[in-house]
Amino acid sequence: MAQVERLAFMGDEAVAYAVKQSNVDVIAAYPITPQTIIVERLSEYVANGELDAAFIQAESEHSALSICVGASLAGARVYTSTCSQGLALMHEIVYATSSMRAPMVMTIVNRSLNAPLNIHCEHGDIMAERDSGWIILFAANVQEAYDLTFIAFKLGEDPSVLLPVSVNMDAFVLSHSIEPITPISDEDAAKFLPPRKYEFEVDADKPITYGTMALPDVYMEFKMQLKEAVESSAKIFEKVVSEYAKLSGRRYWYYQSYMIDDADAIVMALGSTYGTLKTAAKKLRNEGLKIGVLALTMYRPFPEKQLAEILRNTKALVVMDRAYSYGGIGGPLYTDILGTLYRNDIKIPVKNVVYGLGGRDFKLDEAEAVLRMALDGAEAGRFDVNVSWWGVKG
Amino acid sequence: MSAKTDVKKVLKGDFTYKSLPMAAMIINPPTSLEYKTGVWRIKKPVIDQSKCIKCLLCWVYCPDMSVIRKEDDSVEIDYEYCKGCGICVNACPVKAISMEEEV
Repeated sequence: MAQVERLAFMGDEAVAYAVKQSNVDVIAAYPITPQTIIVERLSEYVANGELDAAFIQAESEHSALSICVGASLAGARVYTSTCSQGLALMHEIVYATSSMRAPMVMTIVNRSLNAPLNIHCEHGDIMAERDSGWIILFAANVQEAYDLTFIAFKLGEDPSVLLPVSVNMDAFVLSHSIEPITPISDEDAAKFLPPRKYEFEVDADKPITYGTMALPDVYMEFKMQLKEAVESSAKIFEKVVSEYAKLSGRRYWYYQSYMIDDADAIVMALGSTYGTLKTAAKKLRNEGLKIGVLALTMYRPFPEKQLAEILRNTKALVVMDRAYSYGGIGGPLYTDILGTLYRNDIKIPVKNVVYGLGGRDFKLDEAEAVLRMALDGAEAGRFDVNVSWWGVKG
Repeated sequence: MSAKTDVKKVLKGDFTYKSLPMAAMIINPPTSLEYKTGVWRIKKPVIDQSKCIKCLLCWVYCPDMSVIRKEDDSVEIDYEYCKGCGICVNACPVKAISMEEEV
């Protein structure tokens, strides 16, 4: 572990710095708020000669991701970034990327989808791509967004994985907040991510057909391959995070938690809200209240087994969703958790709190109120309402 | 991670998701030669060689390269692959090709 100086970075800048240190070959992107600064910085790194990569500004996100797929199949280390409408425009190629097994890293600066027009934080954009076969990671702060970028490259490019990885980072809350981070040295980054090796790279002398047609007699078998690839990537994730811990001193896992071991109730969330909940939980713990907080770093593949082990030992659970399934039974994380509980035979009351849509602030006193609500549920053995939309004026 | 595609086995249904190449990529092209698309045909194009003027328009227009051009620029149909679309019939300026029922 080489000594490095702490740096103050905006979330976007920290990610661009990690991508530069990852020594990518191809960046194809189309700028969109609030991700713009990532590709701006990367274009500067390339223009200044600090990063030897092809920087391609496409005419749309659909083209940007298509370029990335081609570059990835050619054996390049590939990066792109987008959010919201941009990700929605990529949608068609999002599925092709994972199904053609084209590894790359995409930072998604999570932002709401229109309408009404809104550029602020929400997880609705990635949740619309949830079932695409991408590995989905969530950062809770700027340091994590930086670290997970390296982990994502190493994980996706592993010859037994070969899948695209999205690193999700809350719009503005993280993308435009300056936080101190401890980077890894360029030498350590190069050691962790040596140049990519790929067995099937495009070579005119050894032609390969990619993206073929597969009719009903074989299609399901190829989708089964994808299912197994995504699920078994969890094992490689364990290997990658432990290797990263050795060089950075920071250990990542499927989830992170605060005081869950003896918790009467647990509140769980994705992204930066974890920090808010954790701060509020410290206060309640000082009052002697047994509350725990849980956040997923890995959302796909879904760490069902690990979560079941945790949730088996608590009395009530509040699942916070910054997205919603309209007409469904709740938010996406909530429904994943309900399924996990049911098929692991865990019978505890669960409540879904839908919050922060379109960037509505979720403040410390609100976090405290949600934690107290979870404890009330543990005491009563039930929640009165299954799904509540937090703070909506009714 | 990616195996060669054994089309004969695939066509017989003799495969598992593990024996198929990754992501449907084909590392031993051109496997499409094994797919005899002639069985798709309902009617077949038949050339009347006495009317043919060797203009080769059918050879140019055939979307499946199923019109075979011979040394003397006369043409014949490759019935193993011809799908019977009839484009050659339309392209022929002297009505030397006609569609006939398969027997």
